[in-house]
Amino acid sequence: MTPRLLEIENLDVRLTAGRAARPILDGVSLHVGRGEAVGLVGESGSGKSVTCRSVLRLLPEGAEAAGSVRVDGEDVLTMSAARLRDLRRNDVSMIFQDPRASINPLRRIGDFVTEGMRAGGMSRDDALRRAAELLESVGIREPRAALRRYPHEFSGGMLQRVMIAGALAGEPRLLLADEPTTALDVTTQAEVIAILTGLRGERSMGLLFVTHDLELAAAICDRVYVMYAGRIVEAQTAGGLFDRPRHPYTSGLLAATPRLESDRPPRGVPGRPVSLAEAPAGCAFAARCAHARPACTRDVPARREIDGAHVACLRAEELSHD
Amino acid sequence: MTALPLHRRGFLAPLARVAGGDKLVTAALAVLTVLTVAAVLAPLIAPHDPDAVDLSATLSGSTPDHLLGADQSGRDVLSRLIFGARTGLLGPLVVVLVSTVLGTLIGVSAAWHGGAVDAVLSRAMELVFSFPALLLAIILVAVLGPGPTAPVIAMSVAYAPYVGRLARSVALREKGRPYIQAYQVQGWSGWMICVGHLLPNIAPLVLAQSAINFGYALMDLAALSFLGLGVQPPAADWGAMINDGSQALLQGAMLPALAPGAAIVITVVAFSTVGESIADRVARRER
Amino acid sequence: MTEYALEVENLRKSFGGQVAVDGVSFSLPPGGSLAVVGESGSGKTTTARMLVGLERPDAGRIRVGGRDRSAAARGRATRLSRARELQMVFQDPYLSLDPRVSVAQCVEEPLRLHFAMSPRERRARRDELLARVGLGGREADALPRRLSGGQRQRVALARALATEPKVLILDEATAALDVSIQAQILDLLAEIRRESGVGYVFVTHNLALVRHVADDVLVLHQGRVVESGPSSRVLTAPEHPYTRLLLHSVPRPGWDPARIAADRRALATESKESS
Repeated sequence: MTPRLLEIENLDVRLTAGRAARPILDGVSLHVGRGEAVGLVGESGSGKSVTCRSVLRLLPEGAEAAGSVRVDGEDVLTMSAARLRDLRRNDVSMIFQDPRASINPLRRIGDFVTEGMRAGGMSRDDALRRAAELLESVGIREPRAALRRYPHEFSGGMLQRVMIAGALAGEPRLLLADEPTTALDVTTQAEVIAILTGLRGERSMGLLFVTHDLELAAAICDRVYVMYAGRIVEAQTAGGLFDRPRHPYTSGLLAATPRLESDRPPRGVPGRPVSLAEAPAGCAFAARCAHARPACTRDVPARREIDGAHVACLRAEELSHD
Repeated sequence: MTALPLHRRGFLAPLARVAGGDKLVTAALAVLTVLTVAAVLAPLIAPHDPDAVDLSATLSGSTPDHLLGADQSGRDVLSRLIFGARTGLLGPLVVVLVSTVLGTLIGVSAAWHGGAVDAVLSRAMELVFSFPALLLAIILVAVLGPGPTAPVIAMSVAYAPYVGRLARSVALREKGRPYIQAYQVQGWSGWMICVGHLLPNIAPLVLAQSAINFGYALMDLAALSFLGLGVQPPAADWGAMINDGSQALLQGAMLPALAPGAAIVITVVAFSTVGESIADRVARRER
Repeated sequence: MTEYALEVENLRKSFGGQVAVDGVSFSLPPGGSLAVVGESGSGKTTTARMLVGLERPDAGRIRVGGRDRSAAARGRATRLSRARELQMVFQDPYLSLDPRVSVAQCVEEPLRLHFAMSPRERRARRDELLARVGLGGREADALPRRLSGGQRQRVALARALATEPKVLILDEATAALDVSIQAQILDLLAEIRRESGVGYVFVTHNLALVRHVADDVLVLHQGRVVESGPSSRVLTAPEHPYTRLLLHSVPRPGWDPARIAADRRALATESKESS
């Protein structure tokens, strides 16, 4: 059996003792197949970004990781620094939320897009030619001229395209997108997503799309993982998630999302997210859950499969959420 | 730093707490505490009268009686160093106090009012910036006569724009934050908002800059004394001591010039360390 | 004449030759709720800031209960009376509270400025306001950094309500919050409006919010009002192509980003040709 493109197994990430009461990530397992688009959804502090970054071994300062993160069967957490550089350059790319904070403002766009290729030994002219092609593919007009311009001459949406072009330079098999459209306007978001999904289809890249927006994840992903307080609480197909959410948190999130076509007002989930300073026993969501039983605050629910969905809820079998 | 082991944990523990456990900052705070105590209690702890002449000990090097030796005139170097800490610290203290108050006032006014007020105040600061501080001091000495007054006034003016520029930029950032705007919307006057909310929030950064300035002002004032423009002989002063001691260097006696030089370097480094650590801590909190 | 709580006429503002707000007019009945919708650069935030006096309009009028507030406030009395007409809740809960001021102080400050109260009355009113937004004594003693984003936004709301304004400007007040928390705050806002009769101007980029928070909606594009009307009508039968584009852009099942991108380009060419 050929290994999966990305396979995260039982990933724990914790800060050194005293700096946090609970692990940032607690037994996270997920996988992305070749050419598959996978959503990773959660609110602030859920650990979705940390999970995403761990694929490039970008861990929070002073954090320790256990478990495994394998790209094509190779463990990222244990590989040599040289191999890791190689991986970041050729196999896995990442785009970030705020393009303005992630692109060096003092260097030209051309430098940004070509730096990976140049480091890989490509000649300057070849790299520039390739960069112009990439910029064209993300919908930047007059790409030759754009290469000579500076980041401040671009709008946020245009700069996010530049970042996508830079990420595609190494022809990665896996693209990690950490809230790539959160800082953009809705119409710009649609445009950037159109480019992203188009390119993904053309190149059959795997995509791990991190977002707080369930609707957005469902609109572009095949499968969606839902995270809460460092754990994955539910994994399902995008359609299944909306039709039949299995975890009370997922259904709470769906009910809280304001919808254009529904007159039903959004319903909040009572309480607030678990901070790193709190370490509730049992299910982390129990304190906010309307269906919680005494057992919920005692036992950590194991993830199990029900009708094709993976759920970590003690009462998953008996509850049905609308 | 040989003084450190003499002090037991009882003295260092509170400093370490203030320093947030950072060893370098703890050491810097310890140096500054020792210096301050030495300056205040100089007559009690100095082994000799700083002006007493012991011709038999002239350029003697280190002896049990004169730990750091005696200078060309036979005066005890250690005692002069301890008394020198008084002028050495008092001058920069006045400079830092005046320049901090002046600079903050100018910087915050410029940031708050913006427009023409900002333009005038900013140009005024640039004007002072472009004028060498030492030259200003020399001119003032020519007008006011030698002594510590003219250099201290000159440095107070010269250092104000450093504080002012920083205060303006952080005040500008703070003014753009919604909590300040919320107070405006509540109907508070600009004065009340600045004094009650803006100043307390920019104070740590301004103080960090002032702590660093303290070291530089100390160095500048020492340089002026060295040139004979500041504290006048026979009063003990680190800068003047280096000047006196420089002739002794030719005769092979290192201590009379080296000891005050080392004192200046250690003090400047200590102030910079403390200032940087305050700034670091503010930056951490901002995140 | 004083039929409206808030009346805005032909508001105009430019920054260094760049027109940010261009002839914006609207009115809000007492206790009404109006959503001002637009993307970045639409002029929605500038409009909000002009309403509360953080920016001066170049032209146009702003009236609350018939009293004009377009010119700069002269003197303490005007400043205070204007503060009792309009208040604002800002977007970023992490920057909208003074980090050095406790929650209790934060709510007491406007009470001290605006009302002659004994300390006991003031404390009682403070507790009442905090309870109104769902905060108790434990939070009252805390500094803002001990609170979560949602709790901070509750504090900001209590502070804004302290002067008993006729209209509250909510400038993307829930945009920085998690979805599950945003819904809590929206709930709270609806409840407060029902009980106190305060009016809302809800500045937002999120069209999906509009029908749940506002009776009427105003769509801004490049500083101009392109469409306005009752929320239900504008959301179901939008007349302006830009409103349609905005509506289609909201992600949902069956969402087609490629088509939206094409529509957006078409609209951009159109507006370039017309100007």
